[in-house]
Amino acid sequence: MSELVLKNGIVYDPINNVNGEKMDILVKDGKIVEKLNGNAKTIDCSGKIVMPGGIEIHSHMAGGKVNGGRLFQPEDHVRFAMPKTKVTRSGTGFSTPTTFLTGYLYSKMGYTTGMTAAMPPLMARHTHEELKDIPMIDKGAYCLTDGNWFIMKYLKNGEIEKCAAYVSWLLKATKGYVVKITNPCGTEAWGWGKNCRSLDDPAPYFDITPRELVKGLVEVNEILKLPHSVHLHANNCGRLGNFVTTLETFKVPNGTKPAAKRQIMHATHIQFHSYGGDTWHNFESKADEIAKAVNSNKNIVIDTGTVTLDHTTTMTADGPLEYYLQSLTHLKWMNRNVEMETSPGITPFIYSRKMPTASIQWAIGLELSLLIKDPWQVLMTTDHPNAGPFIRYPRIIAWLMSRKYREETASKVHKVIYDRSTIDGIDREYSFYDIAIVTRAGEAKALGLSDRKGHLGVGADADIAVYDINPSEIDPSRDYKEIEKKFSSAAYTIKDGEILVKNGEIVQTRYGRTLWVNSKVDGELEKEVMKDIEYNFKRYYSVNLANYPVREEVLTRSTEVTRSASV
Amino acid sequence: MATITDVICPFCGTLCDDIEVVVNGSKIESARHACKIGNSKFLSINDIPRPIKPLIRENGASREASIDEAIAKAAEILSNSKRALLFGWSSTSCEATAVGIEIAEEIGGLIDGTTTVCHGPTVMAVQYVGLPSVTLGEIKNRADLVIYWGANPMHAHPRHLSRYSIFPRGYFRERGQQDRELIVVDVRKTDTAKIANHFIQVEFGKDYELLSALRMIVNGGELEEEEVAGVPKEKIIELADKMMNCQFGILFFGMGLTMSPGKHRNIDNAISLVKNLNRHTKFSIMPMRGHWNVTGFGEVMTWQTGYPFAVDFSRGYARYNPGETSANDVLQREEVDAVLVVASDPVAHFPRKSVAHLARVPMITIAPHHSLTTELSEIFIPSSMVGIEEEGTAYRMDTVPLFTRKVIDPPQGVLSDVEILKRILEKIREMR
Repeated sequence: MSELVLKNGIVYDPINNVNGEKMDILVKDGKIVEKLNGNAKTIDCSGKIVMPGGIEIHSHMAGGKVNGGRLFQPEDHVRFAMPKTKVTRSGTGFSTPTTFLTGYLYSKMGYTTGMTAAMPPLMARHTHEELKDIPMIDKGAYCLTDGNWFIMKYLKNGEIEKCAAYVSWLLKATKGYVVKITNPCGTEAWGWGKNCRSLDDPAPYFDITPRELVKGLVEVNEILKLPHSVHLHANNCGRLGNFVTTLETFKVPNGTKPAAKRQIMHATHIQFHSYGGDTWHNFESKADEIAKAVNSNKNIVIDTGTVTLDHTTTMTADGPLEYYLQSLTHLKWMNRNVEMETSPGITPFIYSRKMPTASIQWAIGLELSLLIKDPWQVLMTTDHPNAGPFIRYPRIIAWLMSRKYREETASKVHKVIYDRSTIDGIDREYSFYDIAIVTRAGEAKALGLSDRKGHLGVGADADIAVYDINPSEIDPSRDYKEIEKKFSSAAYTIKDGEILVKNGEIVQTRYGRTLWVNSKVDGELEKEVMKDIEYNFKRYYSVNLANYPVREEVLTRSTEVTRSASV
Repeated sequence: MATITDVICPFCGTLCDDIEVVVNGSKIESARHACKIGNSKFLSINDIPRPIKPLIRENGASREASIDEAIAKAAEILSNSKRALLFGWSSTSCEATAVGIEIAEEIGGLIDGTTTVCHGPTVMAVQYVGLPSVTLGEIKNRADLVIYWGANPMHAHPRHLSRYSIFPRGYFRERGQQDRELIVVDVRKTDTAKIANHFIQVEFGKDYELLSALRMIVNGGELEEEEVAGVPKEKIIELADKMMNCQFGILFFGMGLTMSPGKHRNIDNAISLVKNLNRHTKFSIMPMRGHWNVTGFGEVMTWQTGYPFAVDFSRGYARYNPGETSANDVLQREEVDAVLVVASDPVAHFPRKSVAHLARVPMITIAPHHSLTTELSEIFIPSSMVGIEEEGTAYRMDTVPLFTRKVIDPPQGVLSDVEILKRILEKIREMR
């Protein structure tokens, strides 16, 4: 395989504490190495930023609900189309890009890994079929566990070990990487058109509260010693005054120790969970309260879900939320309760600059990034496409690096933000080092991937992004448009040591790995749980057990991460 | 003799996955659990004389050809075409559809599926108003009110009632049928209507009116007419009450609604009714998709091109405009100069004017059996039967993905759709 030298780049590699040093990065056989023997191809990176490849920690990029979003919005696809070229397939879609296009667009921004945020277990094969068609990046899928009858019953009965064995089986069966919880218990309640509106509001019939479910799954996650913590979309997403629930949710894992050197809980798209007010007329940002809580709790990592002020699509396994949204907007609405598991929904949404609500939402996303002191705790996402499409990441980077840019945008949105958010008073501007944390290093660490990803140390995957920005010449605070432009279009994106993008153009396509967790538990325990699984499949599922698991063949470059549980 | 369990039946959109196929050498003895239609599909591999060799028609007469020659000639026709139509796909695997899309993109052609003449209007209505739906297991476990509107599953989806909707015992419906109510709305008393608790006979072509009347009541309005669409006022009010007061309702609709006057507007109204009902209770709606993988065709098309059917690649990227880019429209405007048909029989099912154009242009058909379409084709390449002789992904009518199994080898020399299409694509690329 090829050898590569990235010469004289200005390197930002936070995991190895490298902050803007001029160095060479050496690549051999897809890995970063200490020295090279042969005639390596040299890329002159002088005056350019070199970072690890970007990592997406939460994006709805593949699966049934994403495809539902595509299917019912031809208007989204007319807005954005890319014809086929000699090396790439064609693609369409602005907020719900087609699979090939998704891979290309991430790669053009210097991203090399991406996680799809919500996979209903019964639909796992669909998610993987789409991931199979997403080129350029390594990928993985989060397995939904929120309204799962097995889990609710085990936890209700206090059978935590059985619950762990079941989740272990579920991850293997669906080839999932993460235990994802969306609107705990609320997704089961949605089976009856109801919802759970507080941490102590139990699921109908199953009589387990969101608090108990989250606490139980946090414990299960640590019993299984999974690479990532639980990934939680808390109750009351998008609702007025929901910051109270969010603050309470942060406390739920207290007392449980993480099994690895990482957070105990990843709370996702917190912008949607930082709302004050009890009517839309006094709707306000509570980002400051949330930031305070995160600043005093080292065991929590959040991602932002920053609103980009676009006409986009909302999609989540939080079915009741989507119903609520469409009742506000009267736009089209798709729903898809998945038997015994969860309940996704989809509806388009327009974050209009003229709307007070959308303007405050925009402010909240940025407030979170700027008020939470430790960038390792506040990762950058748009909860693609819920708060905006991922192609807006460069704009968010520019907002974070430039107070002036924020002021300029603030002057164009509804003036209510000056009263009901703190965005106007925040001076903080991110450095390139901070950006490298919130877009790659932090993600790698939170996902338990930092042994091979998110850094440029020896032994890491040679996933590298080079941007044509000279930190000693540019003033990001003033030249924010330039920052946005350069982060949109990587000078080089290198994946496993291969140059995939050059000067923002795709020069070759490759398929990345699919990461999944091969979780191992005690054999006897697993057998016992299999009996329950068989019993319930026979009676209540609409497919046979034998037809449920996803076969490994559908995964591109299947890469298992093995973890042995403590039970 | 070997019994293969958990086999998925490749006949209708119900996609039963509990079939036990007994294989004896090169014959299938039985397909246990399958309905009559499914069973006969499995057994059809025994007694129908299967075409093995490709056929090429020259000067009005067909002759046998080698697979290589047939593939080369097919590739030549497609590669030289200015506006080819690739049609079919509902009875093959998603993997085959994916290769079809790649060919269409490569040659700048059009690709459309049988959706265009069945639930195309459904898709268009979904693009207006959305689709509040559920998976079939949700219905089995929760539904206490089941409505079939313009659909006759007793004939078209024989196990739909027993697996998912009326008869099965579900978690919250332990007594099965006794815990549920079945209502059928149709223009005639079908066999499904005969087993229903209530049958509502709607005048032909008046579904839209009846749906509107129901919506009016559900939204709090007063019905002034004594009769709508041939249904007396009291009966409509009773139906609306049942819908609003159930715990978990489901409205299944078939081509009685999609293909009767009003078309996508009917579906729009039906979906809107279900949306309105969600203010009162939990209610969902689902199209009764026909062919076993017609849903899968739509899924693959959507994730690869952004649109579920009627896609035109002539600009190098996908464009979608049913009425302009849909199969019958391009055929009737005589735009198409070559046709590739996969796993379908448009000659038997398309309007006369479309078929007339099919007869005029070179047509290539890939299918397991002879059909009217293969008879009109320049090139006929026999293929194996997906779901029986080949594996492949399919999507059930509720979009649940299932990986169909192979239970028996195809006749020697017969390739799969995927293999044939891949080789055609390869040849086309060589020619460019």
